[in-house]
Amino acid sequence: MSHQHLSSLRVPLVTEPRTLGQLTEEICAPMERPPTWKWWVAFGIAVAVLGTGAGIVGYQVATGIGVWGLNKTIGWAFDITNFVFWVGIGHAGTLISAILFLFRQKWRTSINRAAEAMTLFAVMCAALFPVIHMGRPWLAFWVLPYPNDRGSLWVNFRSPLLWDVFAISTYFTVSAVFWYVGLIPDLATVRDRAKAGIRKAVFKVMSLGWTGSHRTWSRYETVYLLLAGLATPLVLSVHTIVSMDFATSVIPGWHTTIFPPYFVAGAVFSGFAMVLTLMIITRVVLGYEHLITLRHLENMTKIIIVTGGLVSLAYATEFFIAWYSGNPYERFAFMNRAFGPYAWAYWIMVTCNVVSPHLFWFKKIRTSPAAIFVLSLVINVGMWFERFVIIVTSLHRDFLPSSWAMYTPTMVEVGTFIGTFGLFFTLFLLFVRVLPIISIGEVKSVLGFARDGHAAPPHSPAKPVAEEPHPVAHRPVAAVPLAIVTRKDAPV
Amino acid sequence: MSAPVLIGYFDSEAQVLDATRAVREAGFVLHDVYTPYAVHGLDDAMGLEPSRLTWVCFGGGLLGCTLALSLQLYTSVVSWPLNVGGKPFNSLPAFIPVSFELTVLFAALSTVAAFLLRAKLFPGSRRSVLPRVTDDRFAIAVAPREAPSELDAAEDLMRRHGAVATDLLEEVAS
Repeated sequence: MSHQHLSSLRVPLVTEPRTLGQLTEEICAPMERPPTWKWWVAFGIAVAVLGTGAGIVGYQVATGIGVWGLNKTIGWAFDITNFVFWVGIGHAGTLISAILFLFRQKWRTSINRAAEAMTLFAVMCAALFPVIHMGRPWLAFWVLPYPNDRGSLWVNFRSPLLWDVFAISTYFTVSAVFWYVGLIPDLATVRDRAKAGIRKAVFKVMSLGWTGSHRTWSRYETVYLLLAGLATPLVLSVHTIVSMDFATSVIPGWHTTIFPPYFVAGAVFSGFAMVLTLMIITRVVLGYEHLITLRHLENMTKIIIVTGGLVSLAYATEFFIAWYSGNPYERFAFMNRAFGPYAWAYWIMVTCNVVSPHLFWFKKIRTSPAAIFVLSLVINVGMWFERFVIIVTSLHRDFLPSSWAMYTPTMVEVGTFIGTFGLFFTLFLLFVRVLPIISIGEVKSVLGFARDGHAAPPHSPAKPVAEEPHPVAHRPVAAVPLAIVTRKDAPV
Repeated sequence: MSAPVLIGYFDSEAQVLDATRAVREAGFVLHDVYTPYAVHGLDDAMGLEPSRLTWVCFGGGLLGCTLALSLQLYTSVVSWPLNVGGKPFNSLPAFIPVSFELTVLFAALSTVAAFLLRAKLFPGSRRSVLPRVTDDRFAIAVAPREAPSELDAAEDLMRRHGAVATDLLEEVAS
């Protein structure tokens, strides 16, 4: 806003002075110049990993899922571990774009686009696992309720696995639409910069004839708000439903009412770790340190402290309730997790998820990108192990000792998992090349945040126009009469 | 032939807000304002009504919920009743997750569809765009109610409010 009230508590969201034109230039630059050798190297590795993964998936589809290490009692292991892991990764994207938007957290603006893209790619990776697990993926459409010629055979709407089908597909669709709607104004910016040719033609189609009309902007803002409002409960519902895959069963260690909130907290925890991993690389490679600032990283680490705390509390609660319930099977399941044959996995999980986030209490660590990067990887590993512990340790020791067994992943399972990382990074690297990874329109709107109006920097190409002095601008916010602070005017 | 439209270009958000308010208060007809990002406060300055898309969203959600419940009840109670452990066929709590998901899906898709229709955004649109308004310029488009001579007064007003350039166009897409 022009008459923005400045508080000494606020710091600019874009740390270096930039004009609107410079911002456009900077954000569009990676798409408009030829890729660097670093990009080619990264892309080459990602595609190679993806190719290997695709080969392995091809082999198992041709052979049958007997090539997996699953056995009679451990019917789920790597497949569902990876599925839950990837779905969880996806959640931070929607959380950043929707929940932080509803809370008017303006610092989300320079990371939301990339985080949403990450969501889409992570959900694609996640969806692969149930589909492959079916054994005959070409019949995957059988999970949809459509009138068929097998009598009046319908899908079972009472099954949490079917709820998953609806949850994941809705989540993917709504996230994709949300992402695309957010992209339209930026696509128009790119279109108007492009010279005639394929790029211009493609962006012309994709930007749907956006003119920057404020009548459209006004409606656009309404739609964006509505989509954020719809996506927020969706985030919570998706992981809740995923947790119900377990919680509605009777297996000790799964049959717990704490699962929905616990899973959601874990998802946000791991998702933010992944956003940090990607953003730290991106900001350095593309030179966006002034847009994706230390403050962004710091805020995300604070969210990690909170969600890490929630996850730790959930672990403790589970243990306590297992003891307090007096249910011997439940008690055994949890003692077995901590001290049984898979204790190593349990303690990796505890070290990574319970202990490591507390390092973020130290400001030095919270503001060091290198330290954050390492810790974000540690948390990703920890959250993968959390899903592994939940799934495998509960299944390998159930009610009957006669059905006890051990599970070891085969190369096929490990290869499929690694292959999904190839898919994820291939898509992300392509995204960085072809679309603006920072929301141009939104960053422009926060350019004046905690700055005196839109004062152009001295090297601005635009003609500096004498602006009216804003006498209120430099006073602390309390000195401004409250009457002029309308809801829309107040920078939050 | 439509009346010519006067365009005033501005360099900053503050100026375009002031100028929009001034143009409207002076009695000119605002054709539209073009901005590179959503400028808050411009709705008030232009006197725009709140969007009715929220109602579309509500309707879409209601439709989704109804369809989802109908589908589940029809398939599980009428078409293929399956006795699982003596549980009721119309086990409503089990139908809530799918109903919720479809409510959200329908609400989201219908809102976006309504937005695109209302704002006339579609692939293959041939609307022309004013220079630099998707980059770093703000523009006000004024359509005169009666005589084109009014445009001189409007141009003067915009110049006084900091317009860096003005232009006269035959037709402008909104």
